[in-house]
Amino acid sequence: MITLHINGLPVSVEQGTTLLEAAQFMGFPIPTLCHKEGLSPYGACRLCLVEIGEGPRARLVSSCTYPAEEGLQVRTASSRVIQARRIILELLLASCPQSKTIQDLASAHGIQQQRFKQEYENCILCGLCVRMCEEQMMAKAIGFRSRGEKRSIGTPFDIQSEDCRRCGACLYICPACELRCTYTEPERAICGGCANLRPPCLEKEGFEDMMCYMDPCVACEIKKD
Amino acid sequence: MEKVKSLDEFLSLHDRLVVGKDPDIPTLIIPAGTCGQASGANDLIRITKKELLNKKLTEKIRLRITGCHGFCEMEPSVLIEPWGVYYPKVDSKKMVDIVDSVAKGEVLKDLLFIDPITGNPIEKQSDISFFKKQVRTLLSRNEKVDPIRIYHYIENNGYVAMAKMLSSGHPSQVIEEIKASGLRGRGGAGFPTGLKWERLANQTNGNGKFIVCNADEGDPGAYMDRSLLEGNPHSIIEGMIIGAYGTGATKGIIYVRNEYPLAIKHLLIALRQANQLGLLGENILGTGFSLDIKMVRGAGAFVCGEETALIKSIEGRMGEPRQRPPFPVEKGINGQPTLINNVETWANIPIIMGLGAQEFAKVGTEQSTGTKIFSLVGRIKNTGLVEVPMGISIEEIVNKIGGGPIHQTRIKAVQTGGPSGGCIPAEMFHLPVDYESLTRAGSIMGSGGMIVMDEHTCMVDLAKYFTRFLKEESCGKCFICRKGTQRMYEILDDISAGRGTLEHLGLLQELGPVVKDASLCGLGQTSPNPVLSTLRYFREEYLEHIEKKRCPAGVCKGLITYLINENCTGCGLCLKSCSAGAIRGEKKERHVIDPKECIKCGVCQSVCKFNAVETR
Repeated sequence: MITLHINGLPVSVEQGTTLLEAAQFMGFPIPTLCHKEGLSPYGACRLCLVEIGEGPRARLVSSCTYPAEEGLQVRTASSRVIQARRIILELLLASCPQSKTIQDLASAHGIQQQRFKQEYENCILCGLCVRMCEEQMMAKAIGFRSRGEKRSIGTPFDIQSEDCRRCGACLYICPACELRCTYTEPERAICGGCANLRPPCLEKEGFEDMMCYMDPCVACEIKKD
Repeated sequence: MEKVKSLDEFLSLHDRLVVGKDPDIPTLIIPAGTCGQASGANDLIRITKKELLNKKLTEKIRLRITGCHGFCEMEPSVLIEPWGVYYPKVDSKKMVDIVDSVAKGEVLKDLLFIDPITGNPIEKQSDISFFKKQVRTLLSRNEKVDPIRIYHYIENNGYVAMAKMLSSGHPSQVIEEIKASGLRGRGGAGFPTGLKWERLANQTNGNGKFIVCNADEGDPGAYMDRSLLEGNPHSIIEGMIIGAYGTGATKGIIYVRNEYPLAIKHLLIALRQANQLGLLGENILGTGFSLDIKMVRGAGAFVCGEETALIKSIEGRMGEPRQRPPFPVEKGINGQPTLINNVETWANIPIIMGLGAQEFAKVGTEQSTGTKIFSLVGRIKNTGLVEVPMGISIEEIVNKIGGGPIHQTRIKAVQTGGPSGGCIPAEMFHLPVDYESLTRAGSIMGSGGMIVMDEHTCMVDLAKYFTRFLKEESCGKCFICRKGTQRMYEILDDISAGRGTLEHLGLLQELGPVVKDASLCGLGQTSPNPVLSTLRYFREEYLEHIEKKRCPAGVCKGLITYLINENCTGCGLCLKSCSAGAIRGEKKERHVIDPKECIKCGVCQSVCKFNAVETR
């Protein structure tokens, strides 16, 4: 067992536990986007940042990937953490304004405006779909391509993958486009994002017969019109 | 090449080689690194060879083809041993004369280096101000060694330290020595090398440990690792053998970027020769110690210089960093303990072993020992690779070694540490160059790029250039680094185009520290440095762009207009070269630029011989 301090409270966890799990065990809320139980931790969205260490050596790390260490001092909501989280959410909002998940998170953190040039991207490259496809569906049909601003998710050379079984798990898990299929609960769809968000993969030919966990699918209906 | 099977055999080979060389025979040394070859060193070599054969001088004069000596600006150059005579920028037509003069024992006065300050010719390389102030522990070895001949390296005491260490039978002594030397990682972060090695040595050796040489040098304008790999590959191999012996590693990997074809060629030759001679591979020198070194070529991503991304790249996966811990020393390539050091760090190891730790630690400061190679480039008289003791002031590097500004301008800042480094203004040039002082000033040591800037460099444009590089080279895994660099670039672009507002500055200052704090790896954590350091020291330049819509350096295209002043003689050169047809005027009369048609390409300014085109 490892004993560490989260927000001043001692907590004992097993070897290999991440800071996120330890904090959640204690009931401290930490927002996440790219983390899902059952998928390997990735540390891409940086929302789950916590501050560790003391004095000048204090630094921010993503709690979903950082293993618990003996005697570690963790602060889940220091001003440094909150400031970083707010800027990240502002950036997310600037790139991907129509995701309900992101809107909710931004609202919970009191963000009322974003000061960057507005973009309308569909994907925040959190990699949940890639890990879902590889780790849970055992397909490895999609992956990351290129780097930096050109980074995207898709199949190699945009050719339809033979490994893809069109299970739709990638759509199901996507935090940016999950809202597309909430039509049975219209009260949840407050932003109208459902009409706008198309998963990028649906634009490619050969995916028309994609299975959807909601049937019939709103996005597909809209697309036909 | 016959295998050397024991220490005695090796030492007798070494003695034979040392006795066999006659130091009095004049030797023509032609540096033919990438810089030399690009400026025509191959022609000089061809002519010299032909000349020596035709005139039957092969017994009287020797020829040695080496890697770069550092003064890249003066290539192709010729150095003559043992006199130390140095001819810069040699015209291939003059090469015959040089060979003749060496045969006669004369010096060609009119081909010598001219001191840019006094205007006097200087005969010896060691008297040139560029070389005089340097402490060339590593780079001077480039002159002595032909990189594709292992015997040359052994002749100059190469592999001797390694052989003695291996036969001593005390691996722990290696680590003690490195710790005592105070050597710190030359890749930029400055982690004590001895401590890192000790941590690897303490790991249990299950399926073998790895040592890696990180030669993925990607900073724009920095090339010290390349010149070491090209000029003296055996020193890196020797360093790695010593390191492997000290830490118990059995597998070595040299990760070189594929953009360095000559370095790769020389390394492969060196590895083959060392293997053939029995200095590498199974049972080295009969001591029972084995090390296998392989080379891996990187596909050219800046981020692969980061150690966790480098490991992924070696494993054949996408070069993306991951969270540390676990550190590579615990879990690296294929889950095995892995030690990663920079090229320059490895090249320092044989020197420490040869000199002894105490002697090595005498150079430099208490916290940062030894020498460091910088690639000194930008708007100064002498550019090239300079090797200086740690703790030397920036002033001395820029003004003494670099020779001060070109033309009659004022140097305003120096940018250290490559794209993730920061700018240090001229007022702070008294700062000593070591890891701590540079970090305190908002910059980093980095791998050793040093770009000098004068009044014709716009700091906003500079920050924009580096941020653009970083936004393209960010791996894109973590959101804050990918979007943060993109957004910073966007704002800088607005400012340089005259669309900037004061809110933009506030936003930059808010965004920068968060990108620094929240990013996963070193690339993201240092990526706001160019922006934040220029904002810190050159805020008034930003304000000038925003409030007065003016670029004081005359660089930002959106804020300047080109004008032709009274110096114009009406030669018509600019008129002919203007692709937009924006220049009008009669012959021998002052020309005019039509600002409506001008596309601000700057060609007129570069072709004008009378300094008549100015920007405002």
